[in-house]
Parts: sequence; C-alpha cells; structure tokens
Amino acid sequence: MHIVVCVKQVPNTTQVRIHPETHTLVRDGVESVMNPFDENALEMALQLKESHPDTVITVLTMGPSQAEAVLREAVGRGADKVMLLSDKALAGSDTWATSYALSQAIRTMSPRPDLVLFGKQAIDGDTAQVGPSVATWLALPCITCAFGLEVADGRAKVKRSFEDGYEILEVALPCALTVVKEANVPRMASLRGKMAAKKLVIEPTTAEMIGADPANIGLLASPTRVVSILSPPARSSGVKWQGEEPADMARKLVEELRQRKLI
Amino acid sequence: MAILDYGLSEMALEIRSMMREFAEARVKPVRAELDESGQFPADILRELGKMDLMGLYIPVEYGGTFEGDSMPNIIAVEELSRVCIGVSVSYAANGLGADPILIGGSEEQKKKYLPPLASGEKWAAYALTEPNAGSDAGAIRTTAVKQGDKYILNGTKQWITNGGEADIYTVFAVTDKTRGARGVSAFIVEKGTPGFSFGKKEDKLGIRASATRELIFENCEVPAENLIGREGSGFIWAMRTFDVSRPGIAAQGVGLAQGALDEAVMYAKVREQFGRPIIANQGLSWMLADMATKVETARALTYAVVRTIDSGAKDYSKFSAMCKWYASDVAMQVTTDAVQVLGGYGYMKEYPVEKMMRDAKILQIYEGTNQIQRDIIGLALNKEYAAVSRA
Repeated sequence: MHIVVCVKQVPNTTQVRIHPETHTLVRDGVESVMNPFDENALEMALQLKESHPDTVITVLTMGPSQAEAVLREAVGRGADKVMLLSDKALAGSDTWATSYALSQAIRTMSPRPDLVLFGKQAIDGDTAQVGPSVATWLALPCITCAFGLEVADGRAKVKRSFEDGYEILEVALPCALTVVKEANVPRMASLRGKMAAKKLVIEPTTAEMIGADPANIGLLASPTRVVSILSPPARSSGVKWQGEEPADMARKLVEELRQRKLI
Repeated sequence: MAILDYGLSEMALEIRSMMREFAEARVKPVRAELDESGQFPADILRELGKMDLMGLYIPVEYGGTFEGDSMPNIIAVEELSRVCIGVSVSYAANGLGADPILIGGSEEQKKKYLPPLASGEKWAAYALTEPNAGSDAGAIRTTAVKQGDKYILNGTKQWITNGGEADIYTVFAVTDKTRGARGVSAFIVEKGTPGFSFGKKEDKLGIRASATRELIFENCEVPAENLIGREGSGFIWAMRTFDVSRPGIAAQGVGLAQGALDEAVMYAKVREQFGRPIIANQGLSWMLADMATKVETARALTYAVVRTIDSGAKDYSKFSAMCKWYASDVAMQVTTDAVQVLGGYGYMKEYPVEKMMRDAKILQIYEGTNQIQRDIIGLALNKEYAAVSRA
C-alpha cells in the first residue's frame, strides 16, 4: 500500500502574533512546526503501516526550502519517502492553486497512492479546503474529519466525527481523508529515525518537474486574496464570585443581571 | 540558559533534547498520578522502546546503540530524573539487570537476551538483596544446587526493582556455602519459569511508580547454560555491575536536584512577599546559588567518572562510589531546600517538590548506602597509599 501524507509547516500556535499595522502573521522569531492535525494524519499512516508492513509512506509538503524541516521530522517518526515541492513560481498560492500543485505532485508519484491523508485544517489559515480540493483535482472520494481507519480488501472503513457523534463510512481505495486530533496521539521521533533524517538529502521538486500549468499556480493564478487579518479585540475578564454560599452567590448574580437590564 | 561545556558528543546532545522533550510531554503530566497510585509506568517504557531509547547502553552488535560512549545513557537517565525518578529508576533498572550479562555473559547469552532488552520488547531486573543480606551482599542465602543440566534455586530476594514487571532477571545465589562471597554465582532466570513467583508490591515513601517486589524461588529449575560465567564468579559480576551502574544513580541525583532547583528558582521569581519577589532577598538567593553550585559540581563529577570508565580505566570503584554518594547527598539537600523555598506550598502535594524530596531519599540508600560508598573509597585510599608509602 502507498500512503501519501500532505503536511504543512506552520508557526507554533502558542506564539502566533498578528502585526498591528500590516495585519499579517508575524513570522520573525517564531518557531515553525508541523501543523498539529497533519501530525495526526501522519500518525494514522504510521499506525496503518504497523498492521500492514508492506506499506510505503510518502510525505509531501509545499513551501519555502526551510519547510524541509517538517519532512525530516516525518522521517524521524517513520515515513519512508519525502517530496519537497518548492519553487518561487508557487509562492503566494492560495488554497485553489496549492491544491492544484499538490495534486500535480501526487500524479507524478509511482505507484499512485491508495490513500492520501491530510490534517483537518492548517492552524495558520484554518481554511480546511486543501485536503478536499486535492481530492477533487484527483477525482478521489474524500472523507473529512476522520478519526478511525481500517483498511482491508481494497476498502477503507472510516470513522468520521461530528460535534455530537460519529458515522462509519466505507469507501473503495484510492481515497482521501482529512484527519482530526481525536484520531490518535502522535508519536515522537525515534533515535534511529532522527539519525536517518539527518543524513537525508532533500532535493526540491519544482513546478516544472510536476508538469504544473504556470497559469494555475502562484499568487497571480490564485482567485482569492487575503485582504486583511485582524486579531479579535481583547476581552476583559468577567466578574468572579467564589467561596460564598451558593444561594448568596445566585442572589448576587440575579441582582447584577437586573442592574444591567439583562433580565 | 548558560550551560557548562562538557564536550558532549552529537549523540549525547541529541539524546538530551529527545529525553527532555519526552519527559516534559509524557512524564510530567502523569507523574503526580503515578506517585499517588503507585502504577508502574509500562506505557512510558514501551514508548521509549519504540523511540530506540531502551538500548543506549547495549552495544550495536546486540541491537542497541552503544558504541563506546556512555554519556547518552547517563544523560537519558538524568533528563528523565529531572521530571520523575520513579520513572527513571524503572528505566535504568533494565541496565542494572542487563549489566551482569554484558560484563560476564557468554556470546550465546548476549545474543539471546540483549536484543529484546535493546528494543524494549522485554525488561530486566537485578536480584541480589535479601532480607538478611543488604550491605553485606556476600551473606545471601538463596541457594542454587546443580542437578544434571539444571540448577535448582531456592530462596527469597527482597526489594527487587522492576520485580514482577521484568521478563529477564539476573539472580545471585550460593552454589558453595563453604566459600562465602566466592561461593556466589549469577543466573539468568526468565519470568514464567516454574517455581519462580513474586511477593506483594511494596508501599514506599518515594519512587512510588517503580515496582519493588519480592522474588520467590521454590525448587525453581534453571538451565545450566543460564549460569553467568563460571560457578563462584557471581560476586565479582555483582560488584563490577555496581562500579558501572553507580554513576547512573548519580545521574538520577543530578537530574532530580536540577528539577528541584528549576522549581525553586521559578517559584522564587514569582512569589511576592513584602512587596517584592522573594528571590530579591539575599538570604534566599544565596540559598538558590548554593543549590545551583551543588547541582553543577555533582554533574561535573558524575560526567568525569563516566568518561574515565569509557576511557578503559581499570580501577574506578572509588570514583563510582564518590559520584554516587555525592550526587545523591546533593539531591537530598537540594530537594529539601526546594521545599523550604516554596514554604507551605512546597509541603503540599499540589506542587512537585514534596515528591522530589520523598523520592530523593532512596538515592542515598539503594545500590549501596552512602556509608558503604565511603567504605569503598576508604578501602581504596588505604590500598593506594600503602603503595605510596612503600615507594
């Protein structure tokens, strides 16, 4: 079985700041990590490999050359192959152009994948569009928000989560899945994996090498534009009562709400 | 944070960052719960196995990653200990159990027993102590009587770390009562061998996550090929094991003391009394300064001993004993001071330092009490200076 896991390098969530004037993400001095949901997608692939040892896992990312760090991390955890799609012509691609480029990259892979996995969404853009869009380009069935996967006889049984429950879907391979956090706890890289990752030579794959139509990639080909990003206004913390008798606190609460004409 | 340059290898630095990240992510969130329940950290050890971190002390030819540098293993123990020595002792006891095989085992024994320990698929334990033979290890009473191609073991081992959890045990038993310590032999005994059972898990002051049990041998038949070395060599394997394992206890002390120092400094910076952080008080900042200096001297001595062992030095019992008592005394002092710095909060289970203080005590007791360590050093001095005075 061949599994392709698409991953994205993102700024660490705990450190995200938005520039007050330009309204763009401040990336200076912010640590870059593998998008957390993509870690779950990779872990899903690694666990499947444990039960299907003949599996090959290819990890694909698109981004600047420093994005190779997430590929090394993936190899450290047990991925077999990597592809770094990196080309100035791809810079500024929105989700439409990105998903086109990723789909072109996947088309060049041999053998063609049985499964293409994504994180549910990236924590920087939060669009959740790239996974389903790649599936559309490749004409693959796509199941979003997957947290459970079993593969047998060329079919996948997928648990898909909702806010208040889940459904079990069955789909023929090849297919695409986007994976949620509840799927698993991502493993940490092994020592041997890290050593292998250090030695790995990663040559970037260009737009030309994947046969991408120049009219479909990069900033100019992107139909959407980020006009501005705003931080939500800081909210002051509410009033807290504690330590008193519940009945007294309830009385206080009702009084307060009445004063504010809320009840 | 400024750090001393110990000239660590790339591998040692890699292990430090891996273990630090692992301990923060996987051990810290559960350490209080493991301490409270006394649950053995099996999941943690299994994950360390998957990460290739269970075989740092086992040579490459037997499935581990050891290639002459013991610092990665020492640093792994130190980093785990910084967060929880109940977990780190369960980890390090595998090495203690395997050491007699590494030191005195045959090629066949090494090939059979070391690879599953290196992969973490199996765990090991070291069984020397008995109810009436602690510091006086030569006084053990467990017997092994040869019958054909088997040895029949009878007796009880006490306070065995990883007892009941481990799969492979190195067990010391008397094969010749007339020869004292020279009549002791070492055997590899596998869990599940008929006649081999376990007593209850001990309820302890500290390192509560670790499993400490009695091992009971009742006409337990062990294949003769499981004898390590020859009959009568067991005491030598036991003592040589301690020579290489004691720096591991020292590393536990260094890590634990470092963890307590971290907590104390962070607290002293944010705790305000009389309108300023308590670290601004000279009396308290000097306390922290002494704690930090002790931690670093313990680390320097421990690393120096490990390097000396790695260099191929022949006689290092004295140095192993020095770093063991010194670093464990430092751990006891620094954890006690950390509780003092945190005051009333430090005494409460909501904060980690009271556990650290309870945990520290065992380091002064196990693998030879700190009094025994001084005996070893004294004996070595007596011998060394006898040679000097004759010269």
